[in-house]
Amino acid sequence: MSRELILQAVISGLLMGLIYALVAVGLTLIFGLMEIVNFAHGEFLMLAMFTAFWFWALAGLDPVLSLPFVVIILALAGILAHFGIIRRLLKAPMLAQVCGTFGLGVTLRAGAQFLWTPDFRTVANPLTAGRVQIGPIFIGQPQLITGGICLLSFAALWWFVTRTETGLGLQATSQDRQAAAVMGIPTERMFALGWGIGLGCVGIAGTMLSTFYYIFPEVGTNFALLAFVAVALGGFGSIAGSLLAGVLIGLVESLGGLLLDPSYKTLIVFVLYLAVVIFRPHGLFGRF
Amino acid sequence: MSGSRTDMLKTARAEPLWPRPPLWVSALGATALALLIAYPFIFTTSFSQHLMILILLYALMAQSWNVVAGLSGQISLGQAIFFGIGAYSSTVLFAKYGVTPWAGLMVGMLLSALAAVVIGVPTLRLRGHYFAIATLLIGSSVQIVFQRWDWVGAASGLYVPIERASPWFYLQFHTSKVPYYYLALGAAACGYLAVWKLRRSRLGFRLQALRDEPDAAASLGIAIARHKVLAFMISAAMMSVAGTFYAQYVLVLDPERLFSAEISIIVLLMTVLGGSGTLWGPALGAAILVPLSEYSRIWFGGTGRTIDLILYGILILLVCMWRPSGILSLLEERIRRRAGVP
Amino acid sequence: MTPLLDVRGLTKRYGGLTANADIVFDVNEGEIVGFIGPNGAGKSTLFDLITGFQPPSAGRVLLDGHDITGLRPDRISRLGVARTFQKLKPFLDLTVTENVIVGALARTSDIKTARDRALESLAFVNLLEKRNHFGRELSTGQRKRLELARGLAMSPRLILMDEVTGGVDQRSIAGLIALVLELKQRGLTIVMIEHNMQVIMRLADRILALHAGRPIAFGAPEQVRSEPAVVDAYLGTVDDAA
Repeated sequence: MSRELILQAVISGLLMGLIYALVAVGLTLIFGLMEIVNFAHGEFLMLAMFTAFWFWALAGLDPVLSLPFVVIILALAGILAHFGIIRRLLKAPMLAQVCGTFGLGVTLRAGAQFLWTPDFRTVANPLTAGRVQIGPIFIGQPQLITGGICLLSFAALWWFVTRTETGLGLQATSQDRQAAAVMGIPTERMFALGWGIGLGCVGIAGTMLSTFYYIFPEVGTNFALLAFVAVALGGFGSIAGSLLAGVLIGLVESLGGLLLDPSYKTLIVFVLYLAVVIFRPHGLFGRF
Repeated sequence: MSGSRTDMLKTARAEPLWPRPPLWVSALGATALALLIAYPFIFTTSFSQHLMILILLYALMAQSWNVVAGLSGQISLGQAIFFGIGAYSSTVLFAKYGVTPWAGLMVGMLLSALAAVVIGVPTLRLRGHYFAIATLLIGSSVQIVFQRWDWVGAASGLYVPIERASPWFYLQFHTSKVPYYYLALGAAACGYLAVWKLRRSRLGFRLQALRDEPDAAASLGIAIARHKVLAFMISAAMMSVAGTFYAQYVLVLDPERLFSAEISIIVLLMTVLGGSGTLWGPALGAAILVPLSEYSRIWFGGTGRTIDLILYGILILLVCMWRPSGILSLLEERIRRRAGVP
Repeated sequence: MTPLLDVRGLTKRYGGLTANADIVFDVNEGEIVGFIGPNGAGKSTLFDLITGFQPPSAGRVLLDGHDITGLRPDRISRLGVARTFQKLKPFLDLTVTENVIVGALARTSDIKTARDRALESLAFVNLLEKRNHFGRELSTGQRKRLELARGLAMSPRLILMDEVTGGVDQRSIAGLIALVLELKQRGLTIVMIEHNMQVIMRLADRILALHAGRPIAFGAPEQVRSEPAVVDAYLGTVDDAA
């Protein structure tokens, strides 16, 4: 096993991990705010990817250029989802919450399959195409740029949540809903904001993924599973946790695929999840 | 105690132990039962019999989810695991060792119950969402394992060896679907009878208590972890029976289909739609969703595969938003309120 | 005579925070012992430690001479210890009768017997007329009575009641007092957390006063009441009804 191969795996694992982290942070934000696990999260990622794809296929807009549009569309979808669906589910027992978001996911996935067929699609010749060479390692330029954008997004998110009044309101609502409400922070609006930001992050991840990943209706499922693991590992409700955990999972997956049979790499991640929730139920930084 | 209180106590004591459903419900039930028994002779086409067989099979599977989730409050998203174990157990034993599927059925149930213990003991102590996600992941992992395991045919799966002689020994019927129908009816009937008894037993009460308030349940002498695992085992065994039946019905095992998340999801959808926690909710859900699925496949051809899922998804979403306890909960509530006990 | 409940040096620490420290008291069979103390004094935590819902950091709990420290809550309840919760936990999707049947099932596996026991228990707390209503339909006061009935249906030797008069109107309090006295008559040993001074002075044989997790007095009501530390902790006379 050459050092180059390992280094290659580490870097690609890191970059992929950043994407998992960005997908996970949306999940963790939503859960931290209202204790709902969005079982349709993967499907929203898939929708983001398809949206970027159709912008490219129908309007000739490269994903990098359509990024802001996709993010806005996804954010709006999140806010809509909250007001239309989630708000009702909040009052229902946990079983209904799980099944409700699950049902939403099933609908979106089947809907995508119906509208766009199960065919795999790609964005050909994206603006970011190319390879970058660092020493003996080759990295796909789309992956590298995607990683960078994910990091930037995390930075922006962190700044927003810790430096702006609205962001602090989000934190407050997430820590103690009633206290925050008593202090004048509008709970409903915070919830909607959480969904908007959460799915906005998914929009970023999806658009950038479309520059180098296959796009098809089932694509969200695996990302969602890995995102669940990342959220559990990092701690439900923790942004920093999602980043660390996502990257860790990317690494484990990549190195696991290298050192063992590649088809078992997801299995390794799952074993990681089980180990985490059994021995450290709160994850790295979580409160739950 | 005051006189009126003693009177009330006397009245209460005299109330029937189990609620009597209103006359129209019993009449409906009796008619349905008669119809079910006579069904293959009324509806003689292969398709209509196939449809009913599927409904009965899914009714059994949905009831299995109902036991672990509706009754006991543990949201499993991995029931397909036990379906697959059931199917593979009987098939491997038959294909490789010539063991009759009847014995394979028992072995499957045993192995599934064992799997439920192995999976359940570490994961059932987790809070609701964590457990649900864990079952999702384990389900996916089991699917991957079976797709790589050469001894059981890996991704190509297994064929159940065809035997045309002694159909009841080999549990294969090639001339008619009618025996399959009665087998499915028998399996579903056993399953529903078992759950009916369960709900009227000490275990049933305890599982529901554990579902509603685990701490209070513990303070009343209920061993929480043990009961959760027990519920999981029972539901696993039921799922396994369905799996063995399915293997003998379609005679081909495909790990992609058998362990699919789709099966795990569908049994959940059916129960939630019909009424989670009720006795007949799973059957109602199956009776609605299976025909929906089959007919949409007919009307919309290839894309029918996804139309039924779109409809399922929307239905579930609507049910969870407006009536999370499902269709039958309303009826059952009224019946339970009439007399003292379920 | 061995006390029915014997608590020795019970302590609970969460990282830097000490919820209970060196709690020592005992309860004789047939006695009523009250816990008093301002909010946050650690009374409910003490209940959790005794009934196994939380493991203590130090100390021992003995039930009738047997060490039950750190046992699982269901094991402890099977030994004859019942409890109610401050944050009420009715089985929402079961009827009132079914709720109490769950309690009775701790002693019998026959549903008919359990139901008869349950109905008696419901009659005792005067909740019979709601017997076919679902747990979620009850008011707070009714839910409190339901929890009591449920615990009593277990035929326990010892019952721990957490704020049984909380949120109950003045008129019903007299009824509750009578109820508790009746239970004592029947030989039940009772430990009660109470904020209502009238009630606890009337009912308790001995009182344990807690403040910031520590015991500050333990003994007969009049003695505890006049203890300076107790007076201090309550910021005024202890005659105020809660």
